[in-house]
Amino acid sequence: MPDALYLWALTLAAFGLFGRRVYGYVKVLRGARSENRWDHIGQRLKLVLVQVLGQRKLIEEPLIGVAHFVIFWAFVIFAASFFWNLVRGLFPFLPIPFADEVGWMRVALEVSGVLGLVALAAAAARRYFFPPDRLEKSRDASLILGLIAIVLLSSLAGQRFGWRAMWWVHMITVLGFLAYLPYSKHLHLLAAPFGVFFGSLQRGSAPPSSPGASRREEFTWRQLFSGLACAECGRCDRSCPSFLGGFALSPKMLMHHMKELVRGDGDGHGEANFVGDVVKREEIWACTTCLACMERCPVMNEHVPVLIEMRRRLVGEGDMDKSLQEALKNLNRYGNSFGAPPRARAKWTQQLGFPIKDARKEPVQYLWFVGDYASYDPRVNAATCAAARVFQKAGLDFGILGDGEQNSGNDVRLAGEEGLYESLQEKNLKVFGRARFQEIITTDPHSFQVLKHQYPASNGARTVRHYTQLLSDLILEGKFPLARKLKMKVTYHDPCYLGRYNAIFNAPRRVLAALGLELVEMPRNRTYSLCCGGGGGRIWMEDPPVFKERPAVSRVNEAAALDVRTLVVVCPKDLVMFQDAIKTTGLEDRLEVKELSELVEQAMG
Amino acid sequence: MHILVLLKMAPDVVEDLEIAPGGKALDLDCLRMILSESDDHALEQALLLKERHGAKITALALDAPEVDDALFTAAAKGADRVMKVVGMDPGFTTREAARYFSQAIAEEPGLLPADLILTGVQAIDDLDGLVAPIVADGLRMPYLGIVTGVALEASAQAARAIKEYPAGVRGEFLVQLPAVLGIQAAEKPPRYVPVAKVRAAMKSVKIECSQALTLADGGLPLVGVVEMKRNEPAGHAEMLEGKPDQVSGQLCGILAERGLF
Amino acid sequence: MTGNICVLAEQWRGQITEVTYETLALGREVADQAGVPLTAILPGSHCRELARFLGAADAVVYIDHPLLAETVPQTCAEAVAQAMAGERPRALLVPLTNISLGIGTLIGVRLGAPVVNFCRDIRVADGRLLADCVMYGGKIEATVEAGAPSGPGPAILGIWPGARQAEKGRAEREVPVTDAAVVLEDTGAIRLCRYIEPEAGDVDLTKQEVLVAVGRGLQDRANLPLAEELARALGGAVCGSRPVIDQGWLPLSRQVGKSGLTVKPKLYVALGISGAPEHIEGMKDAALIVAVNSDPQAPIFSVAHYGIVGDAVETMPALTAAVEARKAAGQHA
Repeated sequence: MPDALYLWALTLAAFGLFGRRVYGYVKVLRGARSENRWDHIGQRLKLVLVQVLGQRKLIEEPLIGVAHFVIFWAFVIFAASFFWNLVRGLFPFLPIPFADEVGWMRVALEVSGVLGLVALAAAAARRYFFPPDRLEKSRDASLILGLIAIVLLSSLAGQRFGWRAMWWVHMITVLGFLAYLPYSKHLHLLAAPFGVFFGSLQRGSAPPSSPGASRREEFTWRQLFSGLACAECGRCDRSCPSFLGGFALSPKMLMHHMKELVRGDGDGHGEANFVGDVVKREEIWACTTCLACMERCPVMNEHVPVLIEMRRRLVGEGDMDKSLQEALKNLNRYGNSFGAPPRARAKWTQQLGFPIKDARKEPVQYLWFVGDYASYDPRVNAATCAAARVFQKAGLDFGILGDGEQNSGNDVRLAGEEGLYESLQEKNLKVFGRARFQEIITTDPHSFQVLKHQYPASNGARTVRHYTQLLSDLILEGKFPLARKLKMKVTYHDPCYLGRYNAIFNAPRRVLAALGLELVEMPRNRTYSLCCGGGGGRIWMEDPPVFKERPAVSRVNEAAALDVRTLVVVCPKDLVMFQDAIKTTGLEDRLEVKELSELVEQAMG
Repeated sequence: MHILVLLKMAPDVVEDLEIAPGGKALDLDCLRMILSESDDHALEQALLLKERHGAKITALALDAPEVDDALFTAAAKGADRVMKVVGMDPGFTTREAARYFSQAIAEEPGLLPADLILTGVQAIDDLDGLVAPIVADGLRMPYLGIVTGVALEASAQAARAIKEYPAGVRGEFLVQLPAVLGIQAAEKPPRYVPVAKVRAAMKSVKIECSQALTLADGGLPLVGVVEMKRNEPAGHAEMLEGKPDQVSGQLCGILAERGLF
Repeated sequence: MTGNICVLAEQWRGQITEVTYETLALGREVADQAGVPLTAILPGSHCRELARFLGAADAVVYIDHPLLAETVPQTCAEAVAQAMAGERPRALLVPLTNISLGIGTLIGVRLGAPVVNFCRDIRVADGRLLADCVMYGGKIEATVEAGAPSGPGPAILGIWPGARQAEKGRAEREVPVTDAAVVLEDTGAIRLCRYIEPEAGDVDLTKQEVLVAVGRGLQDRANLPLAEELARALGGAVCGSRPVIDQGWLPLSRQVGKSGLTVKPKLYVALGISGAPEHIEGMKDAALIVAVNSDPQAPIFSVAHYGIVGDAVETMPALTAAVEARKAAGQHA
């Protein structure tokens, strides 16, 4: 009987400490901005199934992924056993055996315990002897690894040799662990499943409209929660083009700062401003919003929305790069970042030799949303004209909006200028309303993303397709006139807003295959594609004084290392960024960048 | 401290300028108006002074297309009061503009006293004079132009103004207040104001209107445009045509001929 | 002075300015056309000896007053207006420079005379005084008639620098000088405390034979190295127009134009510079001017000898490559 009393005392103490801390976090989260994450419960449960129980993203890095999978499941089994034993211990009169007195549970415990210990040894070996870049090597982590080992060992020893003392070691360690958990980095054990459940179902969706955030009550609760769910595994840093290029940003540190913010270690109420002093301006502006960090994050943290909130705050104070200011001013007044006259928007069509319909004046099936770079940048001119000739030769009934089109606002929004985004969207919706068309096609992935997902469905709930999707569909239907096969090897760059944002990987590859091109993949392809560095408004900003390597340079080097001479892109900004990078690296003789439409035109004969 | 900023809209030269039938004026239908660049700097200089010393800023503009946007933007940036002069005959000249400003300053309550009156030193359409010196003369205030920086003296009775001279030389002037300064450039480029703030200003700020009176003496010494035409600069230079590498090659040939290598 | 053509002579830091000679050259032509004398008006303090540099004029009116030692617009305008009171000159030409800006307007207001700004050229036709004006940042040329024949005072004409060559207006001789007495009130409202000399830059632009100048068309500071590479290939230095300096992309010591330096290199390559009169003022005398601008209407093409309609950022590397290639070929030849 005194055993039960001791257990009661220990349990109440552990749960008390645990509850106090958790209550503190919940209070902070309740004080944050609201954001509805209770929709589509089914989809959310499925996420938990795949990402938590199945550990899908962790297994992307197979060695540690499998180890983590084993430890996770051992942990689940041991947790079940622990609570079973706890209940049994607290209420000795219950007519049930202890967990380890049940045969199948014993087997489960022993098998998972042994596997768990092996996995722990592997994890420890990795941590101490072969640590990957950006793994946070804290004493905290060693403590947790040790605690888990004790939990497993004590239980196994207790079972195997029937030592009563071991039962106590086990129970005390677990209760201590429980009490300590919310104070440690391994809070992710507790928070990650919730992070996944409350994750964003729409990849890359902009955070809810706000004037930006710096203090903790100005972030949404899910943004703050990112800090709690983070395990500091460093997958985000290892995939971040800005981090890899030596820019100031580390997504992992960003999450760490969010954790500090939730804990109250620097919440902007004191001397330092969270945005500006704790998280520095150059970090906030270094993000290319490519979504690689979020794609890799096992706990579905939301680095990009957090950065956008911070950018909104800086933009609200006019605190930004002069080049960016200039671009935003131009976008506001002229509808394009170049500060070029709106009337010159369709000037590129003059060299085509055939007229393109004005969708405002006559009905068309496809409304081609051309975008700023394709319309104004002389370096993209040839590709834009090629696309026009391809559409023409394919017999598509298409038109453009001429000077009625404005920048779609995708990167304006990602740069944190929400008001300007709304204004651009309004102007475009107005001109959509005056035009007659069935479907929007665009050659610009940035425009595609925002038109498809962020413009209200009131634009007629029409389909929006990237032109590679349209071409791929026409090819599959046998309705696309290709005259000859281009016998050459190429590599292909997945643009962020088509790839990670929209999971469109196959359509462009189908078109490449149909042209007779042999595709040699770069090591970083599909969701692993490395951003060109131009997204999220970066293309309008100046580079910082110190960095290692522009992402675009790293990318063209990656392409040049393959046995190909052509890097195919399907995004006007990629064309500009990579052409520049090829010039700065002096790779002109070894690699050329081609927009897919130029190759399609060749193949049409 | 009260700073009065005078704002004038000017044709936006980013757009192609067209000549109206008759050939004596710009075609207003093809024209967009934008806040004169140096007036934008004058506003910025006022805002910088407000940040440093605390001040009330009144922005006074002459009615023109898109002037409301300019005034709401000024309010969003920090102007405390915004007003426009309305009811002028269109096509007024700069000297008339200066007199409309002077009239409003004299008639509208609260515009005077002003410690500083800032405006752009010169606009691209100031064909018959400059606003700042005329307003200064009318108010019997001292005037200094081509100013690129202003600092208030501790007494707030005077200001130190930096004026640009040729060849990168600048002059530091001590100016007794009140004074009129023609701003060439503010100490920092005009700030960015987010669209949301301008929109908020549109909802919360009221643009006051000041009715222009007919100019008393029926007119100013005549300056008449006989003919206006687009500058066709291409006629002067020999134009090289082709792709960048082609024209570069051609040009190198020319440079080599002239012994420039 | 009645019926005369007058020129306001600028003196700054003890010297007659270059633009004064340019304006005198123009005034001389107009006076000869109209068959009237040319009078130079020289305000100043203890600088009567400068009058002999104004030999292009038939006569000089010297206004001496301690308050005229430095050019303060209101004081100077008051002095000139007093000197002209009762006289009826046909026109007064005032240089449009940082020194004199605003003086023309103020004289016009005081005398009730018409003012025409932005003049590039002036002529007398059928007794009408016509001015060709460069307006709207150089995009528009307007022919303007200054002053009704019955107008009360002289037409005040603001003359852009570069209207004529300074050489044609430079003549040192003994000119008849008349002294004009004026009464000026010392309000002490505006006082020059000191001159701030430009910080010496790393490069003296005025000594360079080749200058590569960049303007707004550079688009981004990150593109600056492209200009530097071109300058290196051509053996020159990089300079810029006002917007580039204001953005902080280049230091003040690299500014060419009205408020910056006046340069006369053998080759001036203007990249992405539209050619506002304020910039042209600083580089128009370069021996060979090449302009690259995406706007075929850009006024820079009106002073350039060779023009390329194209994107500056795109043209720079192509030009650098071509220059390097040509140099390499030259070495082998």
